[in-house]
Amino acid sequence: MRGRATGARVRARLWGSLGTLVLVVLAALIVPPLFGSGSTVHYEAIRLPPGWAHPFGTDSSGRDLFVRSLAGLRISLLVAAISAVVSTVLGSAVGVAAGALGGWSDRLLMRAVDAVNAVPHLLLGIVIVSLYRGSVVAVMLSIALTHWATVARIVRSEVLSLRERPYIDAAISGGASRLRVLYRHFLPAVVPQAALSAVLLIPHAVWHETALSFLGLGLPPHMASIGNILGDGRSAVLLGAWWLILFPSLLLVATTLAVSGIAATWRDRVVPRRRSELSL
Amino acid sequence: MTPTTAGSRSRATAVARLVLRRLAFAVPVLFLVAFGVFLLAAASPFDPVYQYYGVQILNASAADVADVRARLGLDEGVLAQFWGWFTGVLSGDLGVSRSMRQPVARVLAERLPWTLLLTVTGLVVAVVFALVLGTVAAWRQGGWIDRVVTALGHALEGIPPFVLALLAIALFSLGLGWLPVAGLTDAGSALSIGQVVEHLALPALVLGISQSPWLVLHVRQSMLSSLSQDHVTGARARGLGERVVVLRHALPTALLPFVTLIGARIPELVTGTVLVEEVFSWPGLAAAVVTAATAVDYPLLAILTLVATAAVLLGSLLADVAAVLLDPRVSADG
Repeated sequence: MRGRATGARVRARLWGSLGTLVLVVLAALIVPPLFGSGSTVHYEAIRLPPGWAHPFGTDSSGRDLFVRSLAGLRISLLVAAISAVVSTVLGSAVGVAAGALGGWSDRLLMRAVDAVNAVPHLLLGIVIVSLYRGSVVAVMLSIALTHWATVARIVRSEVLSLRERPYIDAAISGGASRLRVLYRHFLPAVVPQAALSAVLLIPHAVWHETALSFLGLGLPPHMASIGNILGDGRSAVLLGAWWLILFPSLLLVATTLAVSGIAATWRDRVVPRRRSELSL
Repeated sequence: MTPTTAGSRSRATAVARLVLRRLAFAVPVLFLVAFGVFLLAAASPFDPVYQYYGVQILNASAADVADVRARLGLDEGVLAQFWGWFTGVLSGDLGVSRSMRQPVARVLAERLPWTLLLTVTGLVVAVVFALVLGTVAAWRQGGWIDRVVTALGHALEGIPPFVLALLAIALFSLGLGWLPVAGLTDAGSALSIGQVVEHLALPALVLGISQSPWLVLHVRQSMLSSLSQDHVTGARARGLGERVVVLRHALPTALLPFVTLIGARIPELVTGTVLVEEVFSWPGLAAAVVTAATAVDYPLLAILTLVATAAVLLGSLLADVAAVLLDPRVSADG
């Protein structure tokens, strides 16, 4: 059990993460529609430090950073969630196919997984977005096409352990076809693992999107994602406007840490080192 | 022949076999990556002729455009284009970078040393942090140092490198004025060791710190399990000093998985380097990735992707070789 947080600490992590996430998501859902998504330009109010009128200050075009960051978080989370689901579906399909078919197809698919994992994800992502520039779909593809390999590995090992179970033998001796075993027995059994990996992927997807947008290669500039806001804020920092970096970053870090916290608690509950198998 | 030399000889052949097997794996992977990137480029809506002409494409006649297409080899099929590029790379012709207006080989030669300087310094910073903080935290488990290190480690895991870089610039360069904001030297001053060290300090620290949380937490974890092993209890029972017990008995056992972990984290190191070099305008290969991507400079981008992939494969190979050489229990035939 060493290395796993226990008792009170687990509960504190779970409730802290849940509370942060609910607060941030509610704010991101409610605040931008009420206050005009923070895209109104006010040239008489540029780079105002944080104060009562503007809790996070204003940016170089006089836009309110509080509303804009929340609107950006909304976009970032949406893009991340969709790409996480896409890459989980892709990875599960490959993982189930590799684990269930075995033999040469397994070896080939796993070498493909190795090849994708050998290229640093951000770099491969940069190659993809640079060739399909400036669209939301390109960013989502860039995340999905780089992150599926991890899911494929997890799902494959899950299927490999399922293959040894008696109920699969029973299904096969009962005359179930390969496809039926795949659809009725393997796919439903890997859903919990796949769902968990989708949630674990969300923070990575957010970082990936934010990094791409920050480099100017991600979402189109008119979409105020956190990465675009930070990219805009880079030059303003040199003018002393530290709040343009600090507040959006804090929002980003708090959200991703909250999601990872929830996912970690979930993982520890769902996969308690496969104790169920030992007791069988 | 003494048993030890026989052992070391078989160990050497084991290492040689490991290296050969990994090379045999690396060649198809590199080929696959190159081909995959080429397919992506072929499927993209981007047309290199437009880049060749720029705005002038509006004035160019259709015959001229067709002529340029033929000259650039764009009329051939994807496979023919790939083959032409691939054989060129094998014979040492890496092509010409459009965004840098230089041969790709020269871009590599000029920028690789700076990237190596930054990544190696960053990695050393991360490893030193990991060994010192991880050991101290595990040794005094539950103490305030342990709590601070663990909390900081978990928090830092959630902070992307470029955020760390921007905050570091805001604090140390602009707020306190201790270190320069960006670049390799001050504007107009010559390249000197003092200048480079001054400009290297902040990016290398940021890179090192952004990579360290996984390493620190890992060292702490394996130190905890190694501190409870029998030989450590035995060393304590023999009355050895705390320093000897921790540094000579517990630490070496904990180091082995650490070496493997460093090898496995090279992809993240590359990612971190791309972001840190870009933020600090460091004139390395990773910053060239961003320049090349912004300009859709395909020849440069493809080579940089291959270089990064090769670095990842080399990193994991070196880590595994080190593991085999360091620990007689590790089998090289895994």
